[in-house]
Amino acid sequence: MTTPTQPLPRRITPANVLVTPLVLLAALGALFWYLSGLELDDIERRSINADTILTHLWEHVELVAVSSVLVIVIAVPLGVLLTRPALRLVTPPLLGLANIGQAIPSIGILVLLAVTVGIGFDKAVLALVALAMLPVLRNTMIGVSTVDKSLIDAARGMGLTRTTVLLRVELPLAVPVILAGVRIALILNVSSATLATYTNAGGLGTLIATGVTLNRLPVLITGSVLTAVLALTVDWLAGLAEAALRPRGI
Amino acid sequence: MTEPMIRLDHVSKRYPGARTFAVEDLSLDIEAGETVIFVGPSGCGKTTTMRLVNRLIEPTDGKIFVNGEDVGTVDADELRRHIGYVIQQIGLFPHLSVAANIGVVPRALGWPKQRIAERVEELLTLVGLDPDTFRRRYPKQLSGGQQQRVGVARALAADPPVLLMDEPFGAIDPITRDRLHDEFVALQANIRKTVVIVTHDITEAVKLGDRIAIFAEGGRLAQFDTPARILAEPADEFVASFVGSGAAVRGLSLRLVGELPLAPDSGAPGRASVRVDQSLLDALDTMLHAHTEVAVVRDGDRVVGELDWATVLRTPPGGQS
Ligand SMILES: Nc1ncnc2c1ncn2[C@@H]1O[C@H](COP(=O)(O)OP(=O)(O)OP(=O)(O)O)[C@@H](O)[C@H]1O
Ligand SMILES: [Mg+2]
Repeated sequence: MTTPTQPLPRRITPANVLVTPLVLLAALGALFWYLSGLELDDIERRSINADTILTHLWEHVELVAVSSVLVIVIAVPLGVLLTRPALRLVTPPLLGLANIGQAIPSIGILVLLAVTVGIGFDKAVLALVALAMLPVLRNTMIGVSTVDKSLIDAARGMGLTRTTVLLRVELPLAVPVILAGVRIALILNVSSATLATYTNAGGLGTLIATGVTLNRLPVLITGSVLTAVLALTVDWLAGLAEAALRPRGI
Repeated sequence: MTEPMIRLDHVSKRYPGARTFAVEDLSLDIEAGETVIFVGPSGCGKTTTMRLVNRLIEPTDGKIFVNGEDVGTVDADELRRHIGYVIQQIGLFPHLSVAANIGVVPRALGWPKQRIAERVEELLTLVGLDPDTFRRRYPKQLSGGQQQRVGVARALAADPPVLLMDEPFGAIDPITRDRLHDEFVALQANIRKTVVIVTHDITEAVKLGDRIAIFAEGGRLAQFDTPARILAEPADEFVASFVGSGAAVRGLSLRLVGELPLAPDSGAPGRASVRVDQSLLDALDTMLHAHTEVAVVRDGDRVVGELDWATVLRTPPGGQS
């Protein structure tokens, strides 16, 4: 069995709870300071203004939020289902497939979808879901199937039903591994969503693309820094959630 | 004789893919209220036999009855809720506190919170763990022996009439184990559950068991009899070698001082002092410590006679108890 995709475990301490937001605020401050020192031309001003930036940021957050919720809603139950004894035979080949799938570049999927099913918010979400499914699916399957068999034995031996064992023993013990997968999916979504602009779904990628195509460095930098800050913010929030949801005692 | 609580009727189990039987043609009756000990070399099918009883394993052949019912025909989950099971690996749930671990079955049975809390308190005390100290701990905060005791408490939680315990006292220090043994014997005298215990410790088997089942390779039952008879009359070479060289001495632990013909009290000084309800083993131990061949025998405060070393030597080990 493959090892779960899992970032280094982090302890919650006042230091690392506060350090990330402070660093991120400093990055935003630096960006603001850099921009306010510039003479922006017309083209740049059309992109770099509070309205446009907030719109793109909001589009980006929407893309990430909707696709991440869908990923969790689909991949976790599916992953659990695939570990049930009836389906256990298909688990190894599916894990293999999931591992291969993870190597497919996101731009490929997006473009593929754009040509095959069309463009727009829904299509971009579809692509993001397809991409971010894999780590969650994989980690759910690994998390649930690597729960110590003697615990399931003890639980069944006490007369707990299969469903109760799943809900009270297997899932809680798999939570850390599943959450690690969710966290990866979130980051993946934040970065892949920058490509959504190519399917006309907006997002911070629009700023980056504008900056590149029109050769406007400030626009490019604004888009990139905001994406990075968003990614790190999401990661920070996911880390807090992970620490809070990890069952005590393990 | 009434219906046995557990009956194995020509039961065989061969695991999928295995060439040999883990348990072969095993027939065994365990009476209600009886404590039966399974002993035998590693891999001889003790755990398998236990798990056949609560249907964690389905037999390849034969039938198993619990309380007169064919376990193959009843709902397995319902069956297991009335059979306490201590697994060999202890198997405490790491994400649940000690209290929650013990409360799993009562909760599944729908007991009210208050009743579960009281039961947890009662059981922790019973297994020698202070409830206030241990209730809120997590398994990883316990020593191996403490975990084992919580495992036993958990199996007892819903007061099941049948208890299956796979090496429940293995990781516990000799002093605590001795105390738990005493408590088990006292408890069992009152509650009279049907108990099956797996152990590798013959002393434990002799002390706790009403009967001992000695398994040989392949789940063959080499002898199934009272501790006294197994010690005094091992059925074959295998049993004799298994119960080991200390059999005669162990036999002494089964006989009480009060069962022997006592000499009248001589009033001589320097004698050891024993009670009628002590085992001969304990009495000899006391005499050895006191470097004397004679002991005053007391029944409470009353002196009832005198026991001497030679009388003990003439007693057949085990005897008819
Ligand atoms: N799930 C299983 N699949 C296949 N073979 C098994 C399985 N469980 C046990 N066995 C085999 O069945 C035989 C009996 O095993 P069992 O666990 O009942 O032994 P045991 O008497 O409890 O041993 P121990 O004292 O070491 O616990 C062994 O040869 C073992 O290898
Ligand atoms: Mg065993």
